[in-house]
Amino acid sequence: MRGRIRVNGVVFVAVLATCASLAPAPARADLVAGSKSFPESWILAEALASLAREAGTPVDHRQNLGGTEIVFGALAAGKIDFYPDYTGTIREVILHDPSASTLPAMRAALAGRGIGISDPLGFNDGYAIAVTRATSERLGLRTIGDLAEHPDLKIAFTHEFLGRPDGYPGLAARYGLHMREVRGIQHELAYPAIADGSVDAIDIYTTDAQIAALDLVLLEDDLGFFPRYDAVILYRLDLPERAPDAWRAMTRLVGRIDEARMTRANAEVVLEGKPFAAAAESLLAESLGRSGGREVSGRGFGSLAANTTRHLELVAISLLAAILLGVPLGVLAAWRRGMAGPTLAAAGVLQTIPSLALLAFLIPLLGIGVVPALVALFLYSLLPIVRNTYVGLRGIPGPLAEAAEALGLSPSALWFRIRLPMASPAIMAGIKTSAVINVGTATLAALIGAGGLGDPILAGIQLRQHALILQGAVPAALLALLVQWAFDLLDRIVIPRGLRLPAERT
Amino acid sequence: MARRQEDPIGVEIVLEDVGKSYDGKPALCGVSLTVPAQRCVALIGPSGCGKSTLLRLVVGLLSPDRGRVMIGATPMDREHRRALRLRMGYVIQEGGLFPHLTAAENVAVVARDVGWNASRVAARMEELAALAGLEPAMLARYPVQLSGGQRQRVGLMRALMLDPDVLLMDEPLAALDPMIRARLQQDLRAIFSRLMKTVLFVTHDMAEAAFFGDTIVLVREGRVVQRGTPADLIERPADPFVSEFILAQRGLATAGPGA
Repeated sequence: MRGRIRVNGVVFVAVLATCASLAPAPARADLVAGSKSFPESWILAEALASLAREAGTPVDHRQNLGGTEIVFGALAAGKIDFYPDYTGTIREVILHDPSASTLPAMRAALAGRGIGISDPLGFNDGYAIAVTRATSERLGLRTIGDLAEHPDLKIAFTHEFLGRPDGYPGLAARYGLHMREVRGIQHELAYPAIADGSVDAIDIYTTDAQIAALDLVLLEDDLGFFPRYDAVILYRLDLPERAPDAWRAMTRLVGRIDEARMTRANAEVVLEGKPFAAAAESLLAESLGRSGGREVSGRGFGSLAANTTRHLELVAISLLAAILLGVPLGVLAAWRRGMAGPTLAAAGVLQTIPSLALLAFLIPLLGIGVVPALVALFLYSLLPIVRNTYVGLRGIPGPLAEAAEALGLSPSALWFRIRLPMASPAIMAGIKTSAVINVGTATLAALIGAGGLGDPILAGIQLRQHALILQGAVPAALLALLVQWAFDLLDRIVIPRGLRLPAERT
Repeated sequence: MARRQEDPIGVEIVLEDVGKSYDGKPALCGVSLTVPAQRCVALIGPSGCGKSTLLRLVVGLLSPDRGRVMIGATPMDREHRRALRLRMGYVIQEGGLFPHLTAAENVAVVARDVGWNASRVAARMEELAALAGLEPAMLARYPVQLSGGQRQRVGLMRALMLDPDVLLMDEPLAALDPMIRARLQQDLRAIFSRLMKTVLFVTHDMAEAAFFGDTIVLVREGRVVQRGTPADLIERPADPFVSEFILAQRGLATAGPGA
């Protein structure tokens, strides 16, 4: 009997040691740049980071941090030092105050939160509504107002556009639109959808590279509804003081990027498949006359091995923590009858929080990167483990549970020799469920800069590069199979042989 | 088998005016009962009469609402529960074996927990296998690999492992088929008389009760109806229910085992 306990101990220590050796080393950088989850944001942030590095300041660029809420949350929490954004977004999404229409008004509003706004970089990346040239000519669509006469057109807008006051709700009110079919869609998927005729009209950003490539027609905003979206740098107010050389170098871009240059840089990434760091270098070369972009290597999304390793780290560490807390919680729920309801309900509620919402909650507390991703994955792993531990323990037949008690065993022998081994098939099944779900959920960690196999998947969706998507999705699927197989193997070690035997003739 | 030196006359079980209800529904209503040291009392009665509740109170799986249970000079309460359980063997239907442990591990689990070394465990196990009539090769098997009778013999070995003063048997033979049951009854009685344990044997079968019990206690609806030798119950029934119960059982017993 002691032999088995020792074997379990060895496995446990081995897992722990593996996790410890996988734990990420802290990045060494003076400044941390952030960017949202679309190519233009990556290019701008990388261009700014490149200028700062040239001025001698090491910069870590956390690209792909999701939407405005997540990246601005990271800036407000001091987890990043700067990122590129747009004046229209600051007014509508960050300040929720349409009256803050001038740059000084916005600066005054954000100064209290320790955040500054640079002067505009030069270009306006506003919203526009696009239709194909064929649709435009067939229906005589020229202005946004013309849409009102064709309420049956199939519309697909991004979720952000559907939700913001300066998006569809305001637009429909201003132009009196009553479109019958308006669906939410991921921005990058809207272009293929309109190209193959699945939808008739989409919202676009005016510097998108695909507008020209697909020969789309932008409907005129004749009532002047859309505000300007001048690109600016949002930064921690102490940044110019902390890194004056870097700040001086970055602000050289103010007023230097026009729409044509930005659109070309976007096209390099989206249409030509260049790494965004390379596009950033050519943007700098064009805008500042900087000669011969430096050597840029890789895609900027990490190697397959690095992504897989990070993915495994995220899964292993969060799962281990969930086992260490989940099994005792399940024991507590089974042991103290009054604890069962609250414990299972709490774990259940955690499970129902949408992952993006949970990540958004965690940023003000934990910032961005590996730590909040681990916490989120840990919280999602709890329920199957807690519940299965509880069910496994409660499922011990009454007479056997009584016989175990009546023997006069010590409490530790009662739990470790009798109850937990008898519940082990259910507990292992719960852990396996959590592990497989975790492998899938961990792809979302890329949204908050934690890396992993979600990085190439997200980037691939945004760049419409199937190869890049598969570079994340295939290893993730294989990993899920591998985890399943590894746990089937582990069952043979952990679950006592007597519970795996088929019943024989009695 | 040598008796403990410090306790040469064994241990008696005493229930003093014990009452127990489940959700306001009484299961035992003020039962007083003594099982004298080294004697076997058979507890008999129809299903739901409270006999299993009584046994659970003795082994401390339940606490009485009123009255008290004494094992020797020690009250069965939270404080003494574990120490008392180590001096009692508890056997249930099918042996109550843990499916994840081999027969040998089932028998040894408590002895290992209280710190016996491997050679002491092995010696005691060999002795008990001979006593309980179990082929030693069976000890390496898991419960699902044993027959019902073999499982019950292993259950008995587990109960006897620490050489307890008291044996509590909760319908241990009820799930066995008649041939095996008859053999086990013979073996058990031989073991009881040889070991001189204090035995409380719960059954619903009059023939079995008469076979094992020096004294029979008939329980009905949470009360002791009569206590006496088998002959007392048949010849001097305390009330019509006793005769009725015995008569009904006799009809069954003519075709049953051990009759």
